[in-house]
Amino acid sequence: MGKYVAKRLGMALVTIFLVTCLTFLLMNAVPGSPWLSEKAPSEATLAALNAKYGMDKPVHIQLLKYLQNLLKGDFGVSLKMQKNRAVLSIIGEMFPVSAKVGAIALCWAVLVGVPLGCLAAFKRGKLTDSILRVVCTLGISMPSFVVASILLVAFAGGIASMKIFPTIFDPSVGWRTYVLPCFALGFYPMCYTARQTRSAMLDSLNQEFIKTAKAKGLKNSKIIFKHALRNALIPVITYLGPQVAFTLCGGFVVESVFSIPGLGRYFVQSIQNRDYPVIMGTTVFLASFIILMNMVVDILYKIADPRINLTKGGE
Amino acid sequence: MAEGKDNQKLLEVKDLHVSFFTPAGEVKAVGGISYDLNYGEVMGVVGESGSGKSQEAYSIMGLLQSPGKVVGGSITFEGQDVLKFSKEEMTAFRGSKVAMIFQNPMTCLNPVYTIGNQLVEALRAHDKEISKADAEKRAMEMMEMVGINNVEKRMKQYPHEFSGGMRQRVMIAMGLICHPQLLIADEPTTALDVTIQAQILELMKALQKKTKMGIIFITHNLGVVADICDKVSVMYAGKIVEQGPVDDIFYKAAHPYTLGLLRSMPRVDADSYERLIPIEGTPVDMLNPPEGCPFAPRCEHCMKICLKKMPPYVEIGENHRSACWLRVQEYLNKKSDSREENGNEQ
Repeated sequence: MGKYVAKRLGMALVTIFLVTCLTFLLMNAVPGSPWLSEKAPSEATLAALNAKYGMDKPVHIQLLKYLQNLLKGDFGVSLKMQKNRAVLSIIGEMFPVSAKVGAIALCWAVLVGVPLGCLAAFKRGKLTDSILRVVCTLGISMPSFVVASILLVAFAGGIASMKIFPTIFDPSVGWRTYVLPCFALGFYPMCYTARQTRSAMLDSLNQEFIKTAKAKGLKNSKIIFKHALRNALIPVITYLGPQVAFTLCGGFVVESVFSIPGLGRYFVQSIQNRDYPVIMGTTVFLASFIILMNMVVDILYKIADPRINLTKGGE
Repeated sequence: MAEGKDNQKLLEVKDLHVSFFTPAGEVKAVGGISYDLNYGEVMGVVGESGSGKSQEAYSIMGLLQSPGKVVGGSITFEGQDVLKFSKEEMTAFRGSKVAMIFQNPMTCLNPVYTIGNQLVEALRAHDKEISKADAEKRAMEMMEMVGINNVEKRMKQYPHEFSGGMRQRVMIAMGLICHPQLLIADEPTTALDVTIQAQILELMKALQKKTKMGIIFITHNLGVVADICDKVSVMYAGKIVEQGPVDDIFYKAAHPYTLGLLRSMPRVDADSYERLIPIEGTPVDMLNPPEGCPFAPRCEHCMKICLKKMPPYVEIGENHRSACWLRVQEYLNKKSDSREENGNEQ
């Protein structure tokens, strides 16, 4: 197990290295610069700024320098959006906001999606299944800004008598402010989880050991939740791993619609502003988080299915 | 357990019909079969794939998969009509009174739970009072009984750590843990190596002697039948074409299909150059079964009437009957002979 983790960590470092290099090069290949604004600065100012932040050197030298700093844990400072503030401190401020909304969204998505998937599988072909299928297909095909807009119109003032929740995100209002963003953010993963659970459950319910469980005289609830579900969880876990990382790091659309000061929204803004260190910092952070989540998923596999041998599979 | 009940009926199946309602039409998987089984008796059900032998067994357990349905007849177990059981009664019945083991032990155990867990669960589903420790003790006894060594360690292992034969032993242990009166074995040795097959058969024979349970042994292997069964039902296209004591089936087979099965079976005492004789033709299309006797199109003795009407059962010997027009003819001839004799005497 230790050897396995060490190996995975090594591979993770290689991945992060590649992601870093690729992002750095692509980012520099895109035209534009952090210093551009409505009022174009003079040549002299530009040269001075580039020299100050080391941007006058060739790209590969810049990359090496960045990697060097990264090894020391230095993510650089923001060039534009919050000038001269350390990127790490920006992430430290933004991530918890995103993570809180994301965690709530994901919790409800899983807690509702998995049982709904089981229900749909159990009632296969019946009315319940059909209704759930329509809802889930809608949820998967509808972009989250549509879901968010509908919610805003319905519950945040669009219909005057139904103004239950605030439009703009503001933690000082309390739990109410979380309801709409969390719903909007969790709707897609919920529908996806439900569908995935349904098909995995159907697969699992057709297995021979379900026949054995029935022949033993077990109750339906036990057959479904003990015997079928645990076998059906593997594809669900596979999907959820990376999804956790994405959701926790912020859904850009939902954060924009509800003006949540989260990492997702900030990441996109940093790209628009060519705030290079912020782009790099957020990308590296997100990539590491996804890799970490994938590792957690692999370990969860082992817990869900004892047949999976991590050490052998990894070699 | 069933001592003193040797000649009493444990199970009585009467005119059982099972149909599958598929989009292409109704498939009469089981078309009116009747038999009974006494306490402690072992009955073989023989037939080729698709003859309805498994579906018939599933209907006893209430395990027919949709769109399959029992559409007629009755199943009486210890005097109770199984088909009239409520859902709860059926759940309580399965596993406690009747147990079932299946063809493929590789897929019949849940891969994500330990053997111990699955054994204990089978017991506790019916014995709510029993403590976990007692249940585990009992599970270990059962494992020892079916010939598994090192049970304490084995209890904590997962199915993939067992070989096929060992898994089938576990399945048997699981089936017998609640002392059922009847064990339905659906081709329990088909998926196993020949050497393991023999071991499992020996084990089942020994356990049957010990527990005096009834067994319905579904198989397409007549060799297995000869080894373990008291009586045999031969099924073809959802009907029992011949049934009788095991010796009668082997030495006085009356139905051309049974004879065909016997001839297609390798024999140890045969001359080495003797060829096996296959049954010509293909099994019946169950969606469009032929009128008359379902075996007629493949039968070398086929007569006109065979293609028109299903033959009735004719008693060949004690408890031995067969549904074939040839036997009907013989029976009628015999009857008229004896009538003539009687007439001559007068």
